Amino acid sequence: MSATTTAASAPLVRRKPPADVRRRRFLLGVANHSLLIVTAALFLGPFVFITLTALMTNDQALSAHLWPHPFRWQNFIDVFHKSPLWRWTLNTMIYSSLATLGLLLSSIPVAYALARVRWRGRNAVFMVVLIALMLPPQVSVIPLYVMWAKLHLVGTLWPLIVPSWLGDAFSIFLLRQFFMTIPEEYLDAARVDGCGEFRILITVVLRLAKPGIAAVALFSILYTFNDFFLPLLYTIDSPSHWTIPIGLSQFRSLHQVQWNLTMAATLLVMAPVILLFFLAQRAFVEGVTLTGVKG
Amino acid sequence: MSLTRAAEAGAATTVAPAVDRRAAKRRAAWRRRGFVLALMSPWIVGFSIFFGYPLVYSAYLSFTHYDLISAPHWIGLANYRYLFGTDQQVWPAVKNTLWIIAIGVPLQVLFAFGIAMMVSRARRGVGVFRTVFYLPALAPPVAATLGFVYLLNPATGPVNTALKHLGIDGPLWFQSPGWAKPSLVLLGIWGVGNVMIIFLAAILDVPQHLYESAELDGAGAFQRLRWVTLPIISPVILFSVVIGVIQGLQYFTQAYVAADIASGQASQAGDQTVNNLGYPEGSTLFYPVLLYQHGFRYFNMGYASALSVLLLAVSFAVTLVIIVNSRRWVHYAGAA
Repeated sequence: MSATTTAASAPLVRRKPPADVRRRRFLLGVANHSLLIVTAALFLGPFVFITLTALMTNDQALSAHLWPHPFRWQNFIDVFHKSPLWRWTLNTMIYSSLATLGLLLSSIPVAYALARVRWRGRNAVFMVVLIALMLPPQVSVIPLYVMWAKLHLVGTLWPLIVPSWLGDAFSIFLLRQFFMTIPEEYLDAARVDGCGEFRILITVVLRLAKPGIAAVALFSILYTFNDFFLPLLYTIDSPSHWTIPIGLSQFRSLHQVQWNLTMAATLLVMAPVILLFFLAQRAFVEGVTLTGVKG
Repeated sequence: MSLTRAAEAGAATTVAPAVDRRAAKRRAAWRRRGFVLALMSPWIVGFSIFFGYPLVYSAYLSFTHYDLISAPHWIGLANYRYLFGTDQQVWPAVKNTLWIIAIGVPLQVLFAFGIAMMVSRARRGVGVFRTVFYLPALAPPVAATLGFVYLLNPATGPVNTALKHLGIDGPLWFQSPGWAKPSLVLLGIWGVGNVMIIFLAAILDVPQHLYESAELDGAGAFQRLRWVTLPIISPVILFSVVIGVIQGLQYFTQAYVAADIASGQASQAGDQTVNNLGYPEGSTLFYPVLLYQHGFRYFNMGYASALSVLLLAVSFAVTLVIIVNSRRWVHYAGAA
């Protein structure tokens, strides 16, 4: 069998493809690149037009002109005068940092128990975590709203933060996947050295799963930065607690603000995420590919 | 430590060590159980409060009339009778949600796959292209939606201005009941970067020798795509369809923001009392938007609970089908 394989593949290795095949490959490559460049331009288009509009005067933004004349950089400063963007940013940072901290502290032990400790019912519990992860948040939102209303906490950020301190299904799932990849030998070595299970978690597992933990933190920051549904429910009637997405969605109706300022604000909101991406590009791409989830 | 204990036990009489060992084992088992319980405790508490309790309570509320002010008042099946019989908005909302899943998800997968194929074949600039196609996925949904409502602004938006230069009268996009959902699909395709990245990684992972042996067997480019690339990355495709369906069932943010901004634009007064949900003419009233309307605009908590019970039943069925079948896909991925 091996003889036939070598016989078949030998000529292919030695022979250079004939000229017509090479030409066809070259033309296909050109076609592929052209199509790619056109598609890429279409994908960049919205960013370009948002930026151009953000630099226009209001009159221009309402006209059919596509190029700003003159460029009005002042818009980016006006956004801060016309709206409490700083306040929204502060609220988002409070929500994001407290939720991310709580989510890591509460989800790591759970994920460890599901990944590296053997106990009866473990798979069933993991299944329940998966189901909880897949169900829409809308199925539980009515009773939770009633609960927070009874606690007089509607109109604050607490209904957004507190649940993260009690285990987050998505983070548990992700961390479990990362913990599973740690070779058992490392843990055995630690056990032989007399480490308790808890010290193994702290010293061995956490150190080895650092990229995974970073990815989970990154996803949490992104999620809290983008989250709209829950902040809308709990903070819409309390403008001093608005997060960035809520503030931005209300931006135009707030003071009859114009499109040029709205686009300037939109750009300012997109900027931190895109900056974060360029700073942590590897973590992003690896995180998305490894987990294959979440937008 | 356990070694020394075993040695001590071995030195003692024959009956005592057995009892002693069994007791030690039992103690260790209890310690272990306590350890697991301690580790799991955040989830146990969180799951009970934020998942178990709400499901039970909303099942109860769905049989009541409740406006948050006076106590829930039992009305039997009235909410469900209204849901399945009288409410004129339920069926359109269900249809809208099915539409966005049936049209939006396949288009997203198709675009993600096409772009990933093109990027994987690029000889140069793979990193640059990957970044360009991924960037829109990073744009926060509210910001992206605002941008699109402006871009697709019928009168003076850049898209219709550009179309006019080509001699085409652009549609009314978010202002027209027929074009509002397609506009949302466009927005979804723009943000397809996450899926594209996953596809790209899967395509680049296909072993090169499989292509070579297919080529030896005389397979053309299309046949290699059909018989090599597609089967090997099929688990990833299925996975992205699953995620798309799950996200489709909870589709809310983009629909809410687009309807809100577009309606505010139409009525220059920006009157907040106008019902902007589902604008224009209920064409963007998706099921979660309907639930939001009854729960948090009308504060009809009982009826909104009935809506959420139906959503729970449907998504639970979808989830179970996925989990039961996912074993096959995972196995498939492992075997490939």
